[in-house]
Amino acid sequence: MRENCSYPGRRYGSFLRISRVMASLAMTAALLATPAAAVQPDEILEDPILEERARELSKGLRCVVCRNQSIDDSDAELAKDLRVVVRERLVAGDSNSEVLDFVVDRYGEYVLLKPPFTAGNALLYLGGPLLLILGGLAFWRMTRQRDLVVTDSAPSPLSEEEQRRLARLLDRDG
Amino acid sequence: MINELGHFALVLAFAVSIAQSIIPMWGAYKGQAEPMRFAQSAAITAFLLVGLSFAALTHAFINSDFSLRIVAANSHSLKPFLYKISGVWGNHEGSMLLWVLILTLFGGLVAALGKNIPPELKARTLSVQGMIGVAFLAFILFTSNPFDRLPIAPEDGSGLNPLLQDPGLAFHPPFLYVGYVGLSMPFSFAVAALIEGRVDAGWARWVRPWVLLAWAGLTIGIALGSYWAYYELGWGGWWFWDPVENASFMPWLIATALLHSVIVVEKRGTLQSWTVLLAIIAFSLSILGTFIVRSGIITSVHAFATDPERGVFILGMLGIAVGGSLILYTWRAPQLRSDAVFATMSRESALVLNNLLMSVAAAVVFIGTLYPLAVELVTGGESKISVGAPFFDLAFAPLMVLVLIVMPIGAALPWKRGDLPKAMTRIWPAVLLAFCGGMVFASLRWGGPILAPFAIALSFWAIFGVLADLGERVKLGKAPLRESLRRLANLPRSVWGQAVAHTGFGMTAFGVAAITAWASEDIRTARAGDVIPMASYEIVFEGVTREQGPNFEADIGRFTIMEDGEVVGEIASEKRFYPVQRDRTTEAGIRASLVEDVYVSLGDKQDDGSWAVRSYIKPYANWIWLGALVMALGGLLSLSDRRHRVGAPTRAKAKAKVVAAE
Repeated sequence: MRENCSYPGRRYGSFLRISRVMASLAMTAALLATPAAAVQPDEILEDPILEERARELSKGLRCVVCRNQSIDDSDAELAKDLRVVVRERLVAGDSNSEVLDFVVDRYGEYVLLKPPFTAGNALLYLGGPLLLILGGLAFWRMTRQRDLVVTDSAPSPLSEEEQRRLARLLDRDG
Repeated sequence: MINELGHFALVLAFAVSIAQSIIPMWGAYKGQAEPMRFAQSAAITAFLLVGLSFAALTHAFINSDFSLRIVAANSHSLKPFLYKISGVWGNHEGSMLLWVLILTLFGGLVAALGKNIPPELKARTLSVQGMIGVAFLAFILFTSNPFDRLPIAPEDGSGLNPLLQDPGLAFHPPFLYVGYVGLSMPFSFAVAALIEGRVDAGWARWVRPWVLLAWAGLTIGIALGSYWAYYELGWGGWWFWDPVENASFMPWLIATALLHSVIVVEKRGTLQSWTVLLAIIAFSLSILGTFIVRSGIITSVHAFATDPERGVFILGMLGIAVGGSLILYTWRAPQLRSDAVFATMSRESALVLNNLLMSVAAAVVFIGTLYPLAVELVTGGESKISVGAPFFDLAFAPLMVLVLIVMPIGAALPWKRGDLPKAMTRIWPAVLLAFCGGMVFASLRWGGPILAPFAIALSFWAIFGVLADLGERVKLGKAPLRESLRRLANLPRSVWGQAVAHTGFGMTAFGVAAITAWASEDIRTARAGDVIPMASYEIVFEGVTREQGPNFEADIGRFTIMEDGEVVGEIASEKRFYPVQRDRTTEAGIRASLVEDVYVSLGDKQDDGSWAVRSYIKPYANWIWLGALVMALGGLLSLSDRRHRVGAPTRAKAKAKVVAAE
C-alpha cells in the first residue's frame, strides 16, 4: 500500500490515518494508490526529446512526501512541483547530471531512488555480487570435491604395506 | 452473544495450543505414545475453535454488527455482500485471525491425514506448530482483539477502504496467507527434524507438499496483487519494489529455492542441512514480512513509535523464532550428514545453482528493502537514503537472466553425473529456435531497447527448453508417434508439474521483457469527440457520464477503439467516489488481449471542461500474470503426484514405478 499521495489526509505525517489504512490492507503485495498517474497534460514539454529526458529523470527521483514512489508516479503537489523544476532546468539547458545535482542540493540524496555509490552505500551495491561470488566458490568447492570422490571411486592401488600383507595372506593360503 | 462465544473460543484455542506445544514434545522426549498422540486431537481441536471464532466474526460482518469496533471501522450496511465477507480480513485484527485459522487448519490437516509420519516426528512437528499458534493467538488476544466492543454502537460503519473493494484484492490476502502460513509447516518439520537430529528422504517427502502448496499460494497471491495494481492504479504499473511487495516477494524467492532443494533431499539424500536452513529462513521472512507491514517501520522509523506494542510483539516473535531455530540449527546441523556424491554437471548441482541464484536474489531484495532503515538507525537519522525501483531493476535483472539461462539446461541434466555436451545435444534446437524467435519477434516490434530481442529470446529459451526436454523424455521422433504419446501420458505428475511451472516462468519473463521494451503512452487533454492516435489504433473519446454504483458514484469516460477505420472495441474508464469514506479510486478501462492491452485512464476534469486522458499500449502485459498462474498450476500438478497423496496405500509400489520412469 503505497500511501495515497493525492489527498492531504493521507500525507506522510498523519500516521494514524496511514496505520489504519495499512492495517486494513492485509499484507498486500502491491498496495499503492495514486488514482490516475501523475504527469498532467499541462506539464508536458513541447520538445519531445526534452520531455523524454524529463520522464527518465523523474522515474529516478523520489516524491518526498510519499512512500518509495517516484515523482513520475505520484499525484502529490510536491511531486508536481519537483517535476516542474526538473523540466525548467532542462529547458534552461542543464544536462541530466546537472539537473540531478540541482535537485540533490536542494533536497538531499534522499530524493534519489538509486542512491549514489559511496563508501556508506558500498554494502548495498556489493552485497549481492559478493554473496554470489562466495556462494559460487562454495558451490565450486563442493562439486569439485564430489568430482574427486566420483573419479576416485575406482579402488586405489594398494600401498606397499597392504601388498605385503596380501602376499602374506596368499602365502599362508597357498 | 455470538461475539462473546467467538472471543471465548479464541481464548480456548490459546489454551489448547499451549498444551499442544508442551505435551507432545515431552512425550516424544520420553518416548511415550499417549502424550504424543495428544498432538493430533489438540491440533484438530485448535482448528475447530479458531474456525468457530472466525465464523463468529464473519457473522458479525455479514449482519453489520457495529457494536464491534472493527466492524464499525471497516464495514458499512450498504456494502456489497462480497465485500462484507472480505471485510473480515480487510483489517488488521481480522487478517490476523485469518492467519491463525489457516495455521491451525494446516496443523489439523497434518494431524488428520499424516498417518504415515513417524509418531515422534509428527508429535514434535505439531508441537512446534502449536508454539507458533500460541505466539500468534497471544498477539491477537493481547494486542489486536477482533471482538473488541464499542461502548456505543454507531448507526452505521465507516466502510471498507475503497481500494479493497475489488475482487482482485478481496482474494489477494487469503492466497498470500496460504503462502506465508504454509511456510510454517516446513519450518515446524525442520525444527522437529533438528531436535531429532535426522533428515531423510521420508522427511523430504512430508515437507514437499507443504512447500508446494505454500509456494503456489504465494505465487497466486502476489500475481493477484500485481494485477490489481495494474488495473486499479491508473498507469499500468505492475510492480513497484515497494517494501510491502518485497515483504511477500522475499519468502517467494526462498520458497522457490526450498522447493528445489527439498527435491534433492528426497531423491538423492544430500543437501539436508541447507534445506533445513532454507525452511527456517523462509518462514522467518514470512514473519519479517508481517513485521514490516504491521509495524510501519519501513515507512519511517518514527512511525514505528506510533504503534510500538504490535511491532515489538512481532519483533519478539521474530527474535525467538529465528534466534531459537538458528541456535538449534548450529548445534544440530553438523549431525546432518550426507554421503551421496554428484558431479559438477548433474541435476543436483543445477538445483544447487538454482538455490544459489534464488537466495542471492532474496538477499538483494532484503538488503535493498532494509538498507534505508539501517542507514537511518546507524546515523541516528542524520542521513536518509532511498532505495527504489531503479536500484532493484539494476540489481535483480541480471540474476533472473542467469536463472533463465540455467533453468532449461538444469532440467535436462540427469541425476548424479551429467554430460553437458550430451544435454546440449538434447536441447540445442531450443537454443536455436529461441534465438531466431527472439530476433524475428523483435523485428516485428521494431524499436525499443537494443537488449529487447535478447530478453525475448531468453524467455523463449525457457519455454522451448521445456518442450525440447519433454520431447526427449518421450523419445519424440526416435520412437513411433504412438509410443511417444503413450510415454507422454505416462509421465509422472511431478514431471508435468516441473514442465508447466518452468513454462509459466518463461511466460512471465516474456511478458516482463515485452512490456518493459515496448510499452507506449500518450497523455493529453481531450473533449468528447476527440481522436487519440495510439500505435495502430485510434481511440475516440465519447465523453463522460455520471452514474450511481451500489455504494459509490462514478464518472465514466467512454472510449471507442478503432483500427483501420473499424470499431474493434469499447472501453469504459471510471473514476469512483465513495461518499462514506470520502475517497476516490480509479478503474482503468482496458481492452485486454494476449497481444496487447489498450489501456485508457480517465484523469481530472480541467478548468476548460476537457478531461485529462492517459492512453497506454501495454504489449503482452497479460502474460505476466498468466505465467504466474501457470507456475502455480505447475506447483499444484506436482502436488497431485501420487507420491504426495497423503496416506496413499500403495506408496512404496508407486514410488518404485515413478523412479523407474524418470
